[in-house]
Amino acid sequence: MANEAQVATLAPIDAAHATTDRDFIQESAGIRNWLITLDHKRIGLMYLIAIIASFIAGGIFALLIRIELLSQGQTIMSADAYNRVFTLHGAIMVFLFIIPSVPAALGNFLLPIVLGAKDVAFPRLNLLSFYVYVLGAILALASMVIGSVDTGWTFYTPYSSSSDVGSQNAVIWMTGAVFVLGFSSILTGVNFIATIHKMRAPGQHWKRLPLFVWATYATSVIQVLATPVLAITLLLLIMERGFGLGIFDPRLGGDPVLFQHFFWFYSHPAVYIMILPGMGVVSEIIATFSRREIFGYMFVAMSSVALALVGFLVWGHHMFTSGQSEYATMVFSALTFLVAIPSGVKVLNWVATLYQGQIVLASPMLYGLAFIVLFSIGGLTGLFLGTLSVDIHLHDTYFVVAHFHYVMVGGTVFAFFGGLHYWWPKMTGKLYDETLAKVAFWVFFVGFNWTFLSQFILGSRGMPRRYYDYLPQFEDLHRFSSIGAFIIGVGILLMLVVFIRSLVGGAKAPPNPWGSAGFEWQTSSPPPLENFSRTPVMTRGPYDYHLATEAELYSGFPEDFQKSRNP
Amino acid sequence: MSTAHTDAAAASHDSGHSHAAHDDHGSHGPKFLAHHFDTPVQQFDTAKLGMWLFLAQELLFFAGLFVAYGIYRSWYPDDFSWASHQLDRFMGGANTIVLLFSSLTAALAVRSAQLGTRKQTSVLLLVTIVCAFGFLVIKFFEYQHKFHAGLLPGNLFNPDIHHLSASTQGLPIPAHGGSFFGIYFMMTGVHGLHVIIGIGVIFWIWLRNQRGEFTSEYWTPVDLVALYWHLVDLIWIYLFPLLYLID
Amino acid sequence: MDHIPDIFGQLPKAASTLAPQVDWLFQFIFWISVVMFALIVGTMLLFVFKYRAKPGEKPRAPGGKHLALELFWTFSPLLLLAALFHWGFKSYVFAAVAPANSLEVRVRAKKWNWEFEYPSGTREGGLLVVPVNQPVKLIMSSEDVLHSFYVPEFRVKRDVVPGMYSTLWFEATDVGEYQVFCTEYCGTSHSGMLAKVRVVTEDEYRTFLRDQDRPPPGKSKAQWGEALFASNGCTACHQLQVGGAPGVGPNLRGIIGTQQPLEGGGSVLADLAYVRESILRPQAKIVRGYANVQMSAFVLPDARIEAIYAYLETLH
Repeated sequence: MANEAQVATLAPIDAAHATTDRDFIQESAGIRNWLITLDHKRIGLMYLIAIIASFIAGGIFALLIRIELLSQGQTIMSADAYNRVFTLHGAIMVFLFIIPSVPAALGNFLLPIVLGAKDVAFPRLNLLSFYVYVLGAILALASMVIGSVDTGWTFYTPYSSSSDVGSQNAVIWMTGAVFVLGFSSILTGVNFIATIHKMRAPGQHWKRLPLFVWATYATSVIQVLATPVLAITLLLLIMERGFGLGIFDPRLGGDPVLFQHFFWFYSHPAVYIMILPGMGVVSEIIATFSRREIFGYMFVAMSSVALALVGFLVWGHHMFTSGQSEYATMVFSALTFLVAIPSGVKVLNWVATLYQGQIVLASPMLYGLAFIVLFSIGGLTGLFLGTLSVDIHLHDTYFVVAHFHYVMVGGTVFAFFGGLHYWWPKMTGKLYDETLAKVAFWVFFVGFNWTFLSQFILGSRGMPRRYYDYLPQFEDLHRFSSIGAFIIGVGILLMLVVFIRSLVGGAKAPPNPWGSAGFEWQTSSPPPLENFSRTPVMTRGPYDYHLATEAELYSGFPEDFQKSRNP
Repeated sequence: MSTAHTDAAAASHDSGHSHAAHDDHGSHGPKFLAHHFDTPVQQFDTAKLGMWLFLAQELLFFAGLFVAYGIYRSWYPDDFSWASHQLDRFMGGANTIVLLFSSLTAALAVRSAQLGTRKQTSVLLLVTIVCAFGFLVIKFFEYQHKFHAGLLPGNLFNPDIHHLSASTQGLPIPAHGGSFFGIYFMMTGVHGLHVIIGIGVIFWIWLRNQRGEFTSEYWTPVDLVALYWHLVDLIWIYLFPLLYLID
Repeated sequence: MDHIPDIFGQLPKAASTLAPQVDWLFQFIFWISVVMFALIVGTMLLFVFKYRAKPGEKPRAPGGKHLALELFWTFSPLLLLAALFHWGFKSYVFAAVAPANSLEVRVRAKKWNWEFEYPSGTREGGLLVVPVNQPVKLIMSSEDVLHSFYVPEFRVKRDVVPGMYSTLWFEATDVGEYQVFCTEYCGTSHSGMLAKVRVVTEDEYRTFLRDQDRPPPGKSKAQWGEALFASNGCTACHQLQVGGAPGVGPNLRGIIGTQQPLEGGGSVLADLAYVRESILRPQAKIVRGYANVQMSAFVLPDARIEAIYAYLETLH
């Protein structure tokens, strides 16, 4: 095997090939070739477009909510309309945006590349899960057209099985949509686990996996093991609604609290489906822009796995006031505190990575650091909610709303956008306006805190969530929060401008604009159809800056673009 | 890079590649090997792992129903016992035998495919399909009786005392019989759906076998469909005693 | 350190025996969080400031392992977390177990109002009157969907689940009026499903109980009856206009003192005794033509039935 050493090199060779090989975008152009593509990169980009469209739809509903809450009483819509709007905001953001955001869009694009594979394990299954996602989106749209759902995204029984507001069938269509979307998620999970186990390039052993891969792996395990429980629960709900099945209906001897158990058995692990990939993205960003290995690599990797496992055992903390037994409540509270450990380990290791690093505050790094700040707030406020008697006061108030927005938006969405900025040159082959991207970040960051910090105080003062109207003492804070929502809107718009300008007139990206040692940067931007012009052999870890050659990391920080070797 | 040699050698063990690196644009092995795999063994292992993961997902899917069954049976044990007596043990038992036999033929089909005896594989696959249809026919007659007797889920539960089992004659109609039949129809319905999907997939594998796609070198799809079919069988093995044989 | 001041005004007034325990824990976690947040973000900003990349710098050798440090921050938080769990559970148990001498009040929730029933059998919609410094136990049920009973000033909350009774107790420590919210989403008027808890002195409470059986000041017995007729929801089924069509139930104008034909033959004189029976046991004697109507029983004390009777008498 002596000859391996000669072929076993990474990037510079591929960078040289970049000018001759056709990249995956140039290969077989035309919309039809995109729609039937089996290439994971194209599927990832199609997901990206669908997911951003969902994000914009969910965001518009969020703005409608905040406009309605600008003042007491009716502002722009009726109570029934408001109830539908907050339901759609939640359902779209959770099922159509956040859950698939990082894994299906960024994960699909990156996973095979960083493993040194040509594609995911099952390319046809991958395309199928994209179309299943599209089908789910169409069903969700259909439910809006025929009258829309007003149950909240949690679909609690018996309200969801008896509500007669709007169309009777809208609940069936919407839960049907979520059922279908669940299978998209399951198939992606199966595909990714098989890919990570079996498709690694020579030399890419488990201790060299990028932390993004570890996070994706943990996520996929949850997707495969938790999502089917949601699927059967929603099927039972559909049957309940359609035929009076009676499993969750107290009048027929059923138990509405059982629905909550089933629902949260999925939906709490689903919180980790949402946050884990974001944590993976942040690990990559922090390593690249500190130019060093993530501190305590194995602890960060294993904390992902620990979160995935412990995440299955804490669903009952959504039900402290629901009437489950006191013993169950006690156990769930204790286990909930355990989840704080792996989350804390990650945050501390990221901060420790910065120590003696070579830090570059490029736009993705701003998102990465913002993640640490916002996720810390989200995590620490989780301590209030895990503590039993304090949770009793805060449960179902705006405090909870603010808490999970800090985790889901401050965490996952900031990581998603950070990752999008970070890998944008790799995915599109285009550079973007770094200054405007930083402006957009700061507007988004300020607007986010403006909106949601005030909601912590609203909540701890006793403002319940899902309220169309509120008492006079809450008006000032609600109005304040609503203004913040518009600042977020401006930030997102600016970010879209950055990306659209990059697509239309952005300069061509070099293979490694950020000077990263990560494997995905060792091929051209955008990569060729089979990712590398030859099967790569990994001879070092993705964060081994001290082992990477000058050529692999060649001086490619944004300000040096002109000096880079590419035209 | 000085470490390259040893690392790459170690790695080729680690990730199961039989050959570490070569230029893949050239010759790429047998026809059935997909472009993104290096070796047939890697392809087979990957496919098998994917199927096992899918089966794990299936188990969790049914798990919700088993939990619901456990809860309501412990709440209403007498009602469940009464309702269980309304099921036809003879038909359920016959279906168990039919499914077990079909699992056997599915397993034999895999062996036959491995040996490359194509005709025999086709016959065994067809027998499996026929058994699956037999299962559905028996199930159809069972369902027909339940509809006839008003043994239906939830608020449709309205038994006609003339059609009830002799063993429960004279006993009062339980209040929560509807819970049992809700679970009964969900469990057997979802299982029946899996049988129907199984028929479709086995038929597709039969077609591919007829077209000569499988050889003693490449029989992965036959193996996978048999795995799926065994799971469908296994779930029935649990459903039968839980629904039919309780007292 | 049994009280930490609420310097940011995060919590509403504390008005129950549970509230100070919850508030202490809340403020404790708040300050712990502030300190931890400041440490994490402060350290992060310090590093970001101090370790900026300089042009031409070579990558440094990795320093990325420190087992002792990892083990320290993996396991040391367990102490704090265990303490939080312990305190949270302790006050939770305090909130979960009602004292034996609690005053019991039945609470019925339905879209979208709260109804309170006192031991005397009197029911009030939207207002719960309780004595100060006396444990009160609510036994709650729902007639339709999930609701949740929440009084921020008492720091208590409990879901009201159809098909089961859920209980909650509190002991108010301050006289005053407090807001009850529904905190489990229940449809159109979820945000309008409000009520008040009025905490009064023991004397006032006794007067309140006594006055439940008398007309409010300045109102005649018939006027009180008219208000009761409306607040108990009788108007939903019983028409009262002259010559009006019968509603779900019989039109009640001008029936007092007349003979009413009964289902199954015979007739009955509509007097106080019959009105009383029809309210308490509606199915006892059904007026002809209403056999299919299921009126639910209303448990009202005699004084209130008499007031309603007096009101019906005024309708000719």
